[in-house]
Amino acid sequence: MLELDDVGFGYEPGAWVFRHLSLTVPSGSITAVLGPNGRGKTTLVRCAAGLLKPREGVVTHDGPIGFVPQARGGAFAYRAVDMVLMGRVRQVGLFASPGRDDRVAAIDAMERTGVGHLRDRQFPTLSGGEQQLVLIARALASDCPMLVLDEPSTGLDLHNQAQILSLLRKLVADGMGVLLTTHHPDQALFLADSVLLMGGPDDVRTGPAAELLTDAELSRLYAIDVHTLTYEQNGNERRAIVTRYGDELD
Amino acid sequence: MRRPNTPTAVAITAVALVVVSVVALSVGRYPVPLWHVVGVVTSGAFGSDSVSDPERTVVILVRLPRLLLAILVGGGLGLAGAALQATFRNPLVSPEIIGVSAGASLGGALALLLGLGSIFLVGGAFVFGLSALALLFVLTLGRSGTPMLMVVLGGVVVGSFFSALVSLVTYVADPYTTLPAIVFWLLGSVATATSTKVVIAAVPILAGAAVIMLLRWRLNVLSLGDEEAESLGMNPSRMRWTILVATSLIVAGAVAVSGVIGWVGLVIPHLARMWVGPDHRVLLPVSFLAGAVYLVLIDSLARTMTAGEIPLGVLTAMIGAPVFFLLLRGNRDRIWDHA
Repeated sequence: MLELDDVGFGYEPGAWVFRHLSLTVPSGSITAVLGPNGRGKTTLVRCAAGLLKPREGVVTHDGPIGFVPQARGGAFAYRAVDMVLMGRVRQVGLFASPGRDDRVAAIDAMERTGVGHLRDRQFPTLSGGEQQLVLIARALASDCPMLVLDEPSTGLDLHNQAQILSLLRKLVADGMGVLLTTHHPDQALFLADSVLLMGGPDDVRTGPAAELLTDAELSRLYAIDVHTLTYEQNGNERRAIVTRYGDELD
Repeated sequence: MRRPNTPTAVAITAVALVVVSVVALSVGRYPVPLWHVVGVVTSGAFGSDSVSDPERTVVILVRLPRLLLAILVGGGLGLAGAALQATFRNPLVSPEIIGVSAGASLGGALALLLGLGSIFLVGGAFVFGLSALALLFVLTLGRSGTPMLMVVLGGVVVGSFFSALVSLVTYVADPYTTLPAIVFWLLGSVATATSTKVVIAAVPILAGAAVIMLLRWRLNVLSLGDEEAESLGMNPSRMRWTILVATSLIVAGAVAVSGVIGWVGLVIPHLARMWVGPDHRVLLPVSFLAGAVYLVLIDSLARTMTAGEIPLGVLTAMIGAPVFFLLLRGNRDRIWDHA
């Protein structure tokens, strides 16, 4: 469980990125943060993960948070399994190196995210999707009950995006709580129990995904005409969100 | 290139160090045959009649302290360079970058200028080397979490400041007496090695090296960057300062006994990383051993190539630079993409 209570943050005094923001992410649920570029999505998840100290309000969580940053190459070419092992910092003593238990946890986490076969590959030589899965494995290896992910599907092809979404669904089914940012409203619709729409410091809304992700709200949020299509998949009614390009200059 | 596993890599460099050490004890103006060297070294345990007294004197009193000093300084600088490259997430960083070398140079140069004894030379290098670090700390103080860039720029500032003071010292030094002494000391040499100097160097270098070796796995985590390290549950700022203090101990100890020997701390970790990969659990011991091998080799060349002594700092750069260049060319893609 992760709870933000009346949290406010700004990089400069007086200039708030967001304020009076309250949010609860229970275990076994997903909350997606949506909004245009530069409105504070990443700032919010960094506050939630404890990397930024909020100017106001409190962030509470039970157990450590596994933070999954956007995948970048990094300065040194560690093997994938060594990257995942680094998730064990909290478990390994100050002057110690990871032992057998830590290696088992790391390999187990890689199997869970489906990258066990990439163990000995060098991290920077992996594809973007594979890197993202390794970073999620690293967070899992830390035995955290809560994942915070910054745009986990950005920069990935359709198959890799689908793979990340399925993995997150599986983790949540096992009791994990997830907070993530995304630029894909349809993925939020597919994944999330609740959503947070960040339009600006005074324009933050939270609510159930199905209620908040409407044509009107999304059109307003992104300042572009957004349209929901309904279709059937395995007897279930699904919704897809499409943009109508070409009208945005009017 | 396939990366060797940890025991193999450490064993290979350790054997190399033993071999070059025996050779280094053997060669010189008074050659001692290799088997006599082995006889001298093991005579404490077995007693050996085949070795003459002059040979014993040359090996034990003249060459052994020099060898040990070269091992300590070369190993220390190699290890310090590897630790700093991880700390600053940049494979092109060397111990000179944090300003401690320049600070230690000033301390030693001052002692030589004032004509003080060798205790002050060593002590001065130490005190000023550590004050350079303290100054760096003050410069970056108050910036929350002291971001990496601030430390790098602070190191450049501190280094330039102390280098200017060293220039001032050489400018006011007596050109017939103290100036040559300062210049030769700054060029770097282990020629004046004594068993006392070995002990003086061993204490800070081994202490600093021990701290870094104990934190070797955490260096991997630190090298991911502050944000990732913190999100994984580490305090990156505290870790970085611990590494900086430990490397300063090593660098100040090395400069105190041997002057400024550049390039080892840059080239050796780099070459070691190309061979064994970036995992500091193996990179650090290999960098120490390879740095020791390199400096023992260079020092053997320095005292055998010509009738006189060639300063070590000159040779490490003259040999290090072209070798480094060739390796960079040969591995261009690998180094820049993911060294």
